[in-house]
Amino acid sequence: MEKRKQRDRILNVLLVAAVAGGLYWAQGNLDGYKIQILNLIAINTILALSLNLIYGFTGMFSLGHAGFMAVGAYASSLLILPALQKEMIYILDPLIWPFSVLQAPFFVAVLAGGLMAALFGLLIALPVLRLGGDYLGIATLGFAEIIRVVANNITFITNGALGLKGIPDYANLWWNYGWLFLTIFVIVRIVNSNFGNTLKAIRDDEVAARAMGINTYRYRVISFTIGAFFAGIGGALLASLLTTIDPKMFLFIMTFNVLMIAVAGGLGSITGTCIAGVLITFLLEWLRFVENPVTLGSFHIPGIPGMRMVIFSLSLLLIILFRREGIMGMREITWDKIFRTSPKGGASS
Amino acid sequence: MSERNIVLQVDNLTMRFGGLTAVDRFCAKVEEGRIVGLIGPNGAGKTTCFNMITGFYNPTAGKILFRGGDVTGYPPHRICREGIARTFQNIRLFKNETVLQNVMIGAHLRQKSPWWGVPFCLPSAAREEREVEEKSMNLLRAVDLHKVAYENASGLPYGAQRRLEIARALATEPSFLLLDEPAAGMNPHESRDLMDFIRRIREEFKLTVLLIEHDMKVVMGVCEHIWVLDYGICIAEGNPEAIQSNPKVIEAYLGEEALEYA
Repeated sequence: MEKRKQRDRILNVLLVAAVAGGLYWAQGNLDGYKIQILNLIAINTILALSLNLIYGFTGMFSLGHAGFMAVGAYASSLLILPALQKEMIYILDPLIWPFSVLQAPFFVAVLAGGLMAALFGLLIALPVLRLGGDYLGIATLGFAEIIRVVANNITFITNGALGLKGIPDYANLWWNYGWLFLTIFVIVRIVNSNFGNTLKAIRDDEVAARAMGINTYRYRVISFTIGAFFAGIGGALLASLLTTIDPKMFLFIMTFNVLMIAVAGGLGSITGTCIAGVLITFLLEWLRFVENPVTLGSFHIPGIPGMRMVIFSLSLLLIILFRREGIMGMREITWDKIFRTSPKGGASS
Repeated sequence: MSERNIVLQVDNLTMRFGGLTAVDRFCAKVEEGRIVGLIGPNGAGKTTCFNMITGFYNPTAGKILFRGGDVTGYPPHRICREGIARTFQNIRLFKNETVLQNVMIGAHLRQKSPWWGVPFCLPSAAREEREVEEKSMNLLRAVDLHKVAYENASGLPYGAQRRLEIARALATEPSFLLLDEPAAGMNPHESRDLMDFIRRIREEFKLTVLLIEHDMKVVMGVCEHIWVLDYGICIAEGNPEAIQSNPKVIEAYLGEEALEYA
């Protein structure tokens, strides 16, 4: 057992090193568009992992991700925007005092974005998690909308509908994948701990979990807050990657994309989420060709904007109809399984 | 028998659902270290009693005293923390988890390190995780399930699932165990084993056991004191011999099962 743990640890380090090597190669050899996709893969995976903790592992159907992303994005952007830029873009109302002078390095800013989102998550969780099932989904969806509308109206902090422009583009491959690995590490540690077991217990059978002495309400609040934290991290990174944010960016469609990754990968599977994060982010870009005009022989089909999303909605429908558990279900790809399927590992185990 | 401490005392416990009185002024005193039973026809209010004692229902009236302290209206997780654990009539295991994980979830209650101990890599948290795993493994050994520790809980045969549910309840380190129809769906051979098993865990874990049961062989074989509920009212109490010859009880059961043993 100990030996196996040691081996897994070494293999994990090797995997991270391999990914880092791949990123190093990508940075030197790929064009900006492809690097952008790689960045989006990391951010989308962070977001989907955080949703998976809430929905897949604790069984809380939450549709509030866009709201937490918005909080994280604004909080961290305000910390990294240069003072001069702040003065320039706030046309309607000047930025109010503490935010106008606050500055922080990128790492601290992203962390602050996550903490701010966690604080909002906590405040929302306290009343809303008394609800269960579909009601929770509706209530969190409503809260995400409220955050967006408020962001639209508190112009002295968020610059309203004009949004923030010229956010420094610190979020390169290294930052994004660094945060991705940190997210994976923390969530895997949580899920594999006995605390994680109790979260799964709440998902499987809340009545039995309560009978086992688990304060299910408290644990749901904790899980929800951790999820909101990483959603805020994802939002903060996204803001710096795109260098511009406005409230319209955080519509329900944002939550939908994240939900799609989590469901497609398998609710309750971390490796599944990572696979789906890569796959779906890639497809979202690659499928842009369906929105271009196509000429098939003598036929000419004009480009239909939004066709991509039709295809994605349909595929989500198909997933739910035919493979509800997603790519991985609740299973995980572990080093153990990889070695067992290969003939060499099978002999030794 | 010498004087024993009263572990659990319920006074005039009453539960009304709208116009229906499910349990009406139920009184009982359970002595420490006993195995006692709560019987009655279907719908008599036995499980309602369980749900009140374990905090799932808030009684309409009446009091529940556990080890002298008033625990009426406590939420279930606090009741469990006080040392009362239960099983369910229709087995409620955590289906997607392994057998070992099921027991570890029960053991989580007595875990001291905070949830962030493991993600922040605190050595004390890691140590405690290992201890919990070891303790759970020992419990599985006690109920003879250690060979299937890493298998999925839902894949176990029925009798093993019952034992696992009991092991999970024991993991919360209770002093009082409530078993809701532990012998349901078991054949005579299995229920005989179950009786021995209940007696054994009482000795091993210093428990007081209260059980609901339909299988009269089990009830009469293992219980030292019995209460009989009918339509929410306690119609009789006493030792198995007295209960078997009580005409009220025989009437309540329409003479079927009870007469057989009268």
